[in-house]
Amino acid sequence: MAEKTIAGATVNVNAEGYFENPAQWTKDMAIEMAKDYNITLTDKHFALLDFLRQKHLGGEQLSIRKVGTSGIVDVKEFYQLFPGGPLKISSKLAGIPKPMSCV
Amino acid sequence: MANKLRKALGKAEWNITIVDKEDTHYYQPGFLFIPFGNYTKKDVVKPIDKYLPSGITLIKKDIQKIDPVSNIVTLADATSLTYDILIIASGTQIKPDETLGLKDVLWQKDIFDFYTLEGALALHKCFESWKGGKLVMAITEIPFKCPIAPIEFVCLADAFFTKKGIRNNVEITLVTPLPGAFTKPIATQMLSGVLSSKNINIIPDFYIEHIDNENKKLVSYDEKEVPFDVLTIVPVNKGADFIGASGLGDELNFIPVNKQTLQHEQYKNIFAIGDAAALPSSKAGSVAHFEADVLFENILSAIKTETLEAKFDGHSNCYIETGFGKATLIDFNYETEPLPGNFPIPGIGPFKLLKTTWINHLGKLFFRWLYWNILLKARPLPVSNHMSMAGKKTDRL
Repeated sequence: MAEKTIAGATVNVNAEGYFENPAQWTKDMAIEMAKDYNITLTDKHFALLDFLRQKHLGGEQLSIRKVGTSGIVDVKEFYQLFPGGPLKISSKLAGIPKPMSCV
Repeated sequence: MANKLRKALGKAEWNITIVDKEDTHYYQPGFLFIPFGNYTKKDVVKPIDKYLPSGITLIKKDIQKIDPVSNIVTLADATSLTYDILIIASGTQIKPDETLGLKDVLWQKDIFDFYTLEGALALHKCFESWKGGKLVMAITEIPFKCPIAPIEFVCLADAFFTKKGIRNNVEITLVTPLPGAFTKPIATQMLSGVLSSKNINIIPDFYIEHIDNENKKLVSYDEKEVPFDVLTIVPVNKGADFIGASGLGDELNFIPVNKQTLQHEQYKNIFAIGDAAALPSSKAGSVAHFEADVLFENILSAIKTETLEAKFDGHSNCYIETGFGKATLIDFNYETEPLPGNFPIPGIGPFKLLKTTWINHLGKLFFRWLYWNILLKARPLPVSNHMSMAGKKTDRL
């Protein structure tokens, strides 16, 4: 476990930069981390981050398909909001663990 | 499960009924070998009745719906059954309709699956006369049944076209929504090496949005494209339709159950086993086999209204064909990723984990006999349902 300072606060992250403890997350941290991906977070981004956090805290496994049925975005919009790897990037910005791909 | 439970439960107290829409039991791992002519239809098909013990009622009908509150199963013909305990083992099915352009003009002409007998036979026919071009093996969605099958498929295709003398004319590419060949780091590294040594390309992080039939291209959600001449595809996998209709499933109709006890979280007399369950484990035959030992114990505990003590650890064990008479082997669970070493006897083997050997290949071929003669009849195997760390090398961690 490593420590990292994001938006002025120290948080615990793993080797890939995913939060170890989602309770340490704040919106300001998401805004700062998003800069690494050249993403400016909008209300829609935050609605998705909330959705991901709620599902994670509820013990559900996340998938791109599940986000596509969230009612917030469809899959294509999800890719447009987080280009490159939407679920991986959004999970990191939402302060939750890296999504586990089914094995 | 039926074979195990019939022996353990008194016939006067317990009726056991199996509802199955199929007349036939398929040896599904054998479908992979059909496109390359190693197996034919007769190797993978047997009547289902042959494998059931006496004292069991078999109803060959589809299911319409389950009412988990009233404990009623409604069959396709609107007749119904009541239950005290329900085990759902309805597996996973392919749903080509879920991907735009998949079940279109090229379906079973230049686009095939090998998860159905029909698909595997059609692909065999195609390969017999194919002169070469771009062969793409693509995965549409996760989870899917037998996550190593696409890797085996491209390896077997490499060997098949090499033996045919046209490998130089065949470009083989594996397209996957995963970040690499497999999901676990050490196995991915090993398998990526195998694929690259065979001149097989991998395109990771590719999530298919639609298939362009006119221009013969895969198109991703982020508008990347992969052209193909022949496409072999793993369509979206979903659980049985009746699970969705009964409100018992997740967004893919797989049933969320406790990952250790296999019991439904809300309806305590419902259990799920195998591919039907939404678990963070592989959808693979070995997983269902190891789960069966745990579920058997837990069903007996549930009947006695005791605490469910048996815990499934996510154990999975898969032989991976790598072509030219060799195979590799992986053994892992929820917590431990596939590691190198020997299996099942530490230091000896005879099987080697994460190495390609001919003896692993023999293990894979022998498995078909084992399946029909030992596993389906619930005879014991000398392999624990819990994964063992003995024989595994952890110094690479």
